[in-house]
Amino acid sequence: MDSLSSATAESFRLLFSGDVELWIIIFTSFSVSVRAILIAAPIAFVVAFLMAHLRYPGRRAMIAGFSALQSIPAVVIGLTVYLVFSRSGPLGDLKLLFTHTSMIIGQILLSFPLLVALSHSAFQAADRRVWETSVTLGAKPYRAFFTLIHEIRFGLIAAFIAGFGRIIAEVGCSMMAGGNILGYTRNIPTAIALETTKGEFAQAIALGIVLLAMALILNGLLAFFQGRGVMSS
Amino acid sequence: MKHFSLNLITVFLCLFSTHMLADQSQVIRMATTTSTENSGLFAVIKPVIEQKLEIRLHVIAVGTGKALELGRRGDVDVVLVHAKPAEQSFVDAGYGVARHEIMYNDFIIVGPGDDPAGVKGLRDAEQAFTNIAENQALFVSRGDDSGTHKKELSIWEQTGNKPDGSWYRQVGQGMGKTLQIAGEMQAYTLVDRGTWLAYRENTPLKLLVTDGADLRNPYGIIAVSPERFPDTQYEAAEHLINWFKSESAHTLIAGYRINGEQLFYPTN
Repeated sequence: MDSLSSATAESFRLLFSGDVELWIIIFTSFSVSVRAILIAAPIAFVVAFLMAHLRYPGRRAMIAGFSALQSIPAVVIGLTVYLVFSRSGPLGDLKLLFTHTSMIIGQILLSFPLLVALSHSAFQAADRRVWETSVTLGAKPYRAFFTLIHEIRFGLIAAFIAGFGRIIAEVGCSMMAGGNILGYTRNIPTAIALETTKGEFAQAIALGIVLLAMALILNGLLAFFQGRGVMSS
Repeated sequence: MKHFSLNLITVFLCLFSTHMLADQSQVIRMATTTSTENSGLFAVIKPVIEQKLEIRLHVIAVGTGKALELGRRGDVDVVLVHAKPAEQSFVDAGYGVARHEIMYNDFIIVGPGDDPAGVKGLRDAEQAFTNIAENQALFVSRGDDSGTHKKELSIWEQTGNKPDGSWYRQVGQGMGKTLQIAGEMQAYTLVDRGTWLAYRENTPLKLLVTDGADLRNPYGIIAVSPERFPDTQYEAAEHLINWFKSESAHTLIAGYRINGEQLFYPTN
């Protein structure tokens, strides 16, 4: 491959030639990451809410802890998942290594601190009176919780997008926990890594374009929920 | 709140159970080297294996060192690698059942066209490495405990001088990436012929040294011991090994060519 432009041209041809393997890779990426974020986000939001709502000893340390955990390299989480689910590891009997499940678990761990930290900021900025008013008006705690969620939905959506962005694009954890198995656990980032080492730059760029396009579509959808995107008056 | 978490648990279980079900069809996991996958051989033989043996073959392509480590931990059912001494000790230590040599090719030494170390045309790997070290010509090493890396280290050992200095660069990458780096740096490197043929078009490096005896590169396949790991797919792994020794496998492997050149030679 002599130049960037010819690699890019070739990549478009690949995308629209109906290469089944390529589309399986794309599907794997989204199926794994969407499931991971759908599991991680609700739990993270509840944890963040509790951290912002309750007062208990060690709360600030916990907040600092989640912030710090955001900077763990994906490959370290991948290695941890690998060691835990390896057949010689503590949970080896579950036979989850090199499956979608182990990739999902890795991505949950990866996105969780980010989701907690960002949504905690959103909860922190919320007006406590929203909660108090709801409860005074006779709402059960979970109803009051959803009212509060509705109030700060933009912050939570931003957290959700950032969390998804982190896991859809990470390569280290998917490589270690998933094994990059063709037609099964190979996703877009691990495929890009592999195609690059093979010198197949066109394939790598094609996958990069898909990743970008999908991210644009997703963010477009979420922008729709963001409303007008200006400060309220 | 209770409903919410109950729903969540249900969603969680649904997501995971579908995958448990999908995994029920028999899957054989094979850890193999980047050279067999990067050269494109597996793209040709994997569909044939899956159809003939009615299994699903999951190929995990890593360096030989890591492939054997996956076997030692019981994470795969079979390993296909190229580092004879390491394979032998894997079997001797009881992790593998037996080593079967299924094919071979050879390593070659490639380097810049202007050949500052003057190794072109040598038929002796040891001599070539000695020349490179004496001229302090740039040399790129895999440095990743792969089969190729082990081979390279064993040649250095034979020459008696330890590679050391700024001319000797360990990159810790797969074969393809290492070739790219060597190409960019105009350095020498040791490469298996399969990967070389697959990459030749994309690199400025030239083939400089071949050595039929010293640089032979045999590939062995080993089933992971069912005694050590009772839930390993031993029977299917044996079927797979038998397939590799069959006439049809030999025909496929010998017939795999890149630009008309044969990459692997089946061992009879």
